[in-house]
Amino acid sequence: MPILSLTIWTPIAFGIAVLALADDRNPDRARWTALVGSVLGLLVSVPLWMGFQATADMQFVELAPWITRFNVNYHLGVDGISMPLILLNSLMTVLVVIAHWDVIRDKVGQYLAAFLIMSGFINGMFAALDAVLFYVFFEAMLIPMFLIIGVWGGPNRVYAAVKFFLYTLLGSLLMLATFIYLYHQTNGSFEILDWHKLQLGRTAQILIFLAMFMSFAVKVPMWPVHTWLPDAHVEAPTGGSVILAAITLKVGGYGFLRFSLPVTPDASQELAGFMIVLSLIAVVYIGLVALVQSDMKKLIAYSSISHMGFVTLGIFIFNADGMRGGIIQMISHGFISAALFLCVGVLYDRVHSREIRAYGGVANRMPVFAAFFVLFAMANSGLPGTSGFIGEFLVVLGAMKVNFWYAFLAATTLVFGAAYTLWMVKRVLYGEVANEEVALLKDVGRRELAFLAILAVLVLAVGVYPKPLGDVMDPTIQELLRHVNQSKVGP
Amino acid sequence: MNTATFSWATLAPAIPEIALLVLVSTLLIVDLFLDEEEGAVTYWFAVASLLGCAALCAMTIGVPTRVTFQGMFVSDLLSQMLKVATLVSVAATLVYGRTYLQVRGLLRGEFLSLSLFATLGMMVMISAHHFLTLYLGLELMTLSIYALVALQRDSVRATEAAMKYFVLGALASGLLLYGLSMLYGATGSLELTRVAYSLEHGHAHMRLAVFGLVFVVAGIAFKLGAVPFHMWIPDVYHGASTPATLFIGAAPKLAAFAFIMRLLANGLQGMTADWQMMLVILAVASIGLGNVVAIAQSNLKRMLAYSTISHMGFLVLGILSGTDNGYSSALFYVVAYVLMTLASFGMILLLSRAGFEAEEIDDFKGLNQKSKWYAFMMLIVMFSLAGIPPAVGFFAKLAVLQAVLEAGYTWLVVYAVLLSVIGAFYYLRIVKVMYMDDPAGEITIDPRADMRWVLSVNALAILILGIAPAPLMDLCARAITASM
Repeated sequence: MPILSLTIWTPIAFGIAVLALADDRNPDRARWTALVGSVLGLLVSVPLWMGFQATADMQFVELAPWITRFNVNYHLGVDGISMPLILLNSLMTVLVVIAHWDVIRDKVGQYLAAFLIMSGFINGMFAALDAVLFYVFFEAMLIPMFLIIGVWGGPNRVYAAVKFFLYTLLGSLLMLATFIYLYHQTNGSFEILDWHKLQLGRTAQILIFLAMFMSFAVKVPMWPVHTWLPDAHVEAPTGGSVILAAITLKVGGYGFLRFSLPVTPDASQELAGFMIVLSLIAVVYIGLVALVQSDMKKLIAYSSISHMGFVTLGIFIFNADGMRGGIIQMISHGFISAALFLCVGVLYDRVHSREIRAYGGVANRMPVFAAFFVLFAMANSGLPGTSGFIGEFLVVLGAMKVNFWYAFLAATTLVFGAAYTLWMVKRVLYGEVANEEVALLKDVGRRELAFLAILAVLVLAVGVYPKPLGDVMDPTIQELLRHVNQSKVGP
Repeated sequence: MNTATFSWATLAPAIPEIALLVLVSTLLIVDLFLDEEEGAVTYWFAVASLLGCAALCAMTIGVPTRVTFQGMFVSDLLSQMLKVATLVSVAATLVYGRTYLQVRGLLRGEFLSLSLFATLGMMVMISAHHFLTLYLGLELMTLSIYALVALQRDSVRATEAAMKYFVLGALASGLLLYGLSMLYGATGSLELTRVAYSLEHGHAHMRLAVFGLVFVVAGIAFKLGAVPFHMWIPDVYHGASTPATLFIGAAPKLAAFAFIMRLLANGLQGMTADWQMMLVILAVASIGLGNVVAIAQSNLKRMLAYSTISHMGFLVLGILSGTDNGYSSALFYVVAYVLMTLASFGMILLLSRAGFEAEEIDDFKGLNQKSKWYAFMMLIVMFSLAGIPPAVGFFAKLAVLQAVLEAGYTWLVVYAVLLSVIGAFYYLRIVKVMYMDDPAGEITIDPRADMRWVLSVNALAILILGIAPAPLMDLCARAITASM
């Protein structure tokens, strides 16, 4: 069974079906179709987890010629890094569909179709082993995201959408140029795995690394190319923010692991210091920026940038702990940021404000919601027992092996992270009931309870027992580290 | 073989041209005897003639290369393929333009017969194997198009555009002819293979040949609309009636590509190093100016005019690599480009109605609320023009860029890529107004069935060719190999 193809094309097929069936006066048909599609999409990706062998090889491989003239193949396969990300994405799509239910009332069919189609593109991107195929999915996914932000977003949505699009396009086109270069260097191969074996000179490696850096750093996003993210997050509808934070940010980290490190190991080693400094700036400086935000979504957006700093830090300290921590942090941040954005969405749907000031004493009216919000806030600040702790702890541990000061600076996030998250929680949830609107709040309904509970279980499960996840990715990480430590510069 | 012999064998390669000539002459005569109300007859006659000739050309695909009329005319896979594309795209132009022309009283025999004569010119250009045939085809095409633009007599803008086009176009033809005459002087022949032969074996007067080449390239650049010979494009695109603009923007690009192939790649391949440098300048200037100036436009036709300039820059990029790989990439690019142009102007024509030209970008505001389907079609076209996968525009760019990199111009690739980001902005703006703005005025969309189908197929073809570009790419590669 072509499982990977199914994970890609099931959501896309259902997305098209939703478009075809959509009727703006009666959106329920589109909603149920989308729900069925997203759940099916999740179900077909479950065998990836069940049947995964703990080796570093590519699994569930599918290979068919696509454009023979340029030797482009429809080549799919997953390893221990990409497989969990595909599952994460399929899951998030289901949550987004559930989360939109009573919220989006305008052009429901198009909204859901955009998410489903994008979900398929993202799965395709994580599964692609051919660079052109990767690039096609990588770019195609910008189109639905552009529309999601621009059509269903907040007041400044158009600016945010265009900024998001152009920023990411600039990066990815430079990456395309390096793809073409590598194609000629390998005498006509777009196979990513062939590129891993390609010998390259030092200058070439550094230029390739920098061009790819432009692409992936924008996605992560790393300081100083992060400025699109707060705009996009704030203006996007809740579902858009969830996918942006939980999935598309991971594309950057994934790109570093799939392309930059194995294709240009020497340049990665050489420029590691540079990458570490940028990561630490993100962790510390952006953490401080998050502290002063008055808008909840913006605060979470900055918190995302800061947490993604851990991912890049973990990747570029080149040891097993750091890399494992970085990848677990990607997954965990997927859960936590999605959960926090959904929590903000729950509040926003009731009060229509994202300002922290507009709230206060919400816990008095919404005790169940408050319990979840506090749990996710704790996870975001890295409380032991939640998934947030595992990733950050491992990265700090790995950093300590390299340099005390890296670890020291990275660990400050445990202070700042706790500070900005808990301060927000305190102002929003506790204290006296702030105003009339808060006084009228109703606690979460069944639908909201469903997605919050799913995420809470996952956050705790990964936090208490991360071993299965670690087992899946360990062989791949070992292989990657072995590869990175081998010089490619010829004698 | 000095005596002209007219036999079936010598005429066979030119059957589609002969058929079209007969048909358009018939159309001219028939039209005289028809009333205004019976305009539909001539319209369908014209469309049927085009499609019939396309079928004739399609039937010859697979027939090996034949050169006839003492080396003046060639029929090879390249010409067969380009002719089919040309004829189909002219037919699509007529379908898109029908309602527009009808409500403005322009759908008369003149428009149709001029279109067909211009098409005939293109076909002759495509099959030219001799400087004279090349020039004759070019002139038949451009003279018909001048008249096509001027046809809207009561429009000041159209008349001005026609004047500008004619004066500059005549100048460019003069330059071209001057250059060709020098090449004749330098090589002693007007036939492409003989010119190539004498250049390759050092029989030619090289300094004179290079001097002639400069004029030839300038003439080509003018016809393509490459910077610095682009001045006519925005004004003519803007001023001409939209169907005429569509006519100029689509099919002649195919002919121009054939023109460049025959002249530079076949005839003057011995001077590749010389023209390569000139084309680099043209490409860099076109991509730069086209993309940057397009941002400032609020008129969609003008914006598309500047976008054309930048796309022609990309086309030139493919050619300047000077390899078969580059030529076939450029061929793929030009076919993709024609598809996109047809669809984008088709959309303008779709939204236009009596007394209203939907040519401002703002006229597309809120299209998604009015018609999801056509908004989606336009979305595909715009992302394709911007080179975003999975539309065909992406593969066209990819093919060209890899050929340029293969030729060793890494810096050109990076330059083209960076300018594409700027280019993406103005295509994105169209998508933005369609999806993210509320309608400004009343949008009425009530196309005829033929237009609805052709436009939908046209736009979907852009998407489908993006998902499965391999067959067309292979065909392009084979066509180029056959022509070399």
